[in-house]
Amino acid sequence: MTGDPRPLEQPTLTDNYLTYTRGFLSWALTLDHKRIGLMYLCSVLLAFLLGGIFALLVRTQLLVPEGLIMDQDDYNQAFTLHGGIMVFLVIIPSTPAALGNFVLPIMLGAKDVAFPRLNLMSYYLWVIGAIFMVYSIFGGGLDTGWTFYTPYSIDQNSAMGGVIPAVTGAFILGFSSIFTGMNFIVTIHRLRPKGMTWFRMPLFLWSIYATAVIQVLATPVLGITLALLAVERAFGIGIFDPTLGGDPVLYQHFFWFYSHPAVYIMILPAMGIVSELIAVHSHRHIFGYSFIAWSSVAIAMFSFIVWGHHMFTSGQSPLVNVVFSFITFSVAIPSAVKVFNWLATMYKGAISWNTPMLYGMGFIFLFVIGGLTGLYLGTLSTDIHLHDTYFVVAHFHYVMMGSALIGFIGGLHHWWPKMIGKMYNENAGRVAFVLFFIGYNMTFFTQFMLGSHGMPRRYATYPADAGFQMYHIISTIGSYMMAIAFFMMAAYFISSIFGGRRAAANPWGGRSLEWQCTSPPPHDNFSEQPEVGDCYDFSVLRWDEATQGYVWREDVDRPGEKSHA
Amino acid sequence: MSSSNHEHGAVGHIVPIKMLVGTCLALLFLTGVTVWVAKLDFVELRMDEMNILVAMGVAVVKCTIVAMIFMHLRWDRSFVGFVFVGSFIFVGIFIGFTLLDSSEYQPTIIPGDTPQVQLKLDALNASMAADSASSGEHDGAASQ
Repeated sequence: MTGDPRPLEQPTLTDNYLTYTRGFLSWALTLDHKRIGLMYLCSVLLAFLLGGIFALLVRTQLLVPEGLIMDQDDYNQAFTLHGGIMVFLVIIPSTPAALGNFVLPIMLGAKDVAFPRLNLMSYYLWVIGAIFMVYSIFGGGLDTGWTFYTPYSIDQNSAMGGVIPAVTGAFILGFSSIFTGMNFIVTIHRLRPKGMTWFRMPLFLWSIYATAVIQVLATPVLGITLALLAVERAFGIGIFDPTLGGDPVLYQHFFWFYSHPAVYIMILPAMGIVSELIAVHSHRHIFGYSFIAWSSVAIAMFSFIVWGHHMFTSGQSPLVNVVFSFITFSVAIPSAVKVFNWLATMYKGAISWNTPMLYGMGFIFLFVIGGLTGLYLGTLSTDIHLHDTYFVVAHFHYVMMGSALIGFIGGLHHWWPKMIGKMYNENAGRVAFVLFFIGYNMTFFTQFMLGSHGMPRRYATYPADAGFQMYHIISTIGSYMMAIAFFMMAAYFISSIFGGRRAAANPWGGRSLEWQCTSPPPHDNFSEQPEVGDCYDFSVLRWDEATQGYVWREDVDRPGEKSHA
Repeated sequence: MSSSNHEHGAVGHIVPIKMLVGTCLALLFLTGVTVWVAKLDFVELRMDEMNILVAMGVAVVKCTIVAMIFMHLRWDRSFVGFVFVGSFIFVGIFIGFTLLDSSEYQPTIIPGDTPQVQLKLDALNASMAADSASSGEHDGAASQ
């Protein structure tokens, strides 16, 4: 008995997780990780649409120096809600909760995550947190920026009244994140199949594991910080309020102790996706597996000791500034290890120019720009000049959107055939990528120029004679191009559901276990837990014209199988 | 099913009652030590900080006993102990860096009240003056 499934026959119409049971409650009360992942995906994409609308409002406002469509209060709300929604509702849960939920147990050959009920609860906590966040718009508005900095956020005479609903939402979303992280840690520890040692796991699982550790360790600090902020605002007890003897710099320490690791909660899963994309679509064994795996852990560890680089100009002491600046540069080492290994994997690989691969390569390009510009901000002397300018905005968008979100989009294209069982239009995917990539760089590369020329962030207007307007116009046109690209993606994804070609079990040539069950997977994923081999040895696969997918070579034994001969 | 699990030790390690009672007594004894030390005056011995040092030392020992015996870390896999200790290290990093920074920048804070504090003080002084004036009027009226 091989233990390795031979699932290459197409699924029947009734034997997959989408059609296993029917009716609203079968989805609303489901414990199936795949359905929960899909519900997360739909919810996150809806939040992405909302956050994107606020982004377009911000960009449209800045087309002309005096501001085009909003007054300054509305502008403050627009960029705050854009940031809050994109960070807390979209990027943090996108890859771990949506794609991770769907893929992780199948990659492990398991039937589900370790705690399916906790998984469903974490989804509903996300929904409740999202309702609170959105309610903040109607509950008085929110204009603090997504960081809720004190003393402004606790001043009831200045900051708008939606602060407490918003931080309550972020608090609840934090619990959702912790539950997901705990679930994934236990699942990876306890449900790995026979043959899958730690260093035979797909690299996506390493990155999800490192992410989960950060989620469990750092998110409680955000919870208590936001609880203190709400109490301070409601009752004025004097923790962060300097007029009552409190310390606003302390708030920034508390906030960034979570929120810098949160940057890695966002980008580590994307790095894991890119490791899969680059290896699978280059059809070449990943280069330096253990270095990539350990670099994920190293990045997770470093993420906890660099938070002070967000506070160089806050009044933080020179001694601590120097320490944090020094440690910040250390993060470049594991990040560079990953980039080197991805490039080395592609070298002499048989690269398929599929849409997911385009996003994988786009990630490397944009992440390098985002990372290298971070060095300017980690350097004390240059950060003094660049802090709170558009240079910072451009830098973190290159990392958060150009890297984290592009990794998520790449992963979505990679696993879409597995999730839905249908192929999308590849040509449309490539065109959308090109449009997105050009639009993206038009939007954010110009912001490096704006920042280095002195345009501060979070300003609704700017002087007409400062030379900023041309950059803003290019940036805004780029944002419209990205919006068109996203609507294109939505169109071809939706049309694939109704009219797409049926996806083979393994359309890209992947070796990890999710490619060994049908597309879409059956309710239980595998009839029995499979054995695994080297999940990056693609030499055992061959293209099968009949199924339009990759199949196991007849002359090669499967893991656990006795000699073919 | 469940009986076979018990036979194979699937329920995990069970701590003997004697050890649990002994641990409880040890914790009570250490609590007594903490109370006793709190009453000693180390200032005369020019060891001003000894009270807090002994109290924290006893607390660390008690915490270790609880973690090892009551939380079963002594018998659990070493990885669980690693996670437990690692959590404390992270808390230490968080609190340590924050306190280091706070102690560094405190001397650089410009002494004096902020305008907002001054406004509040002015309002407080005004209300106190008004209160004293009104109570003086009341006293005057009462005496008349």
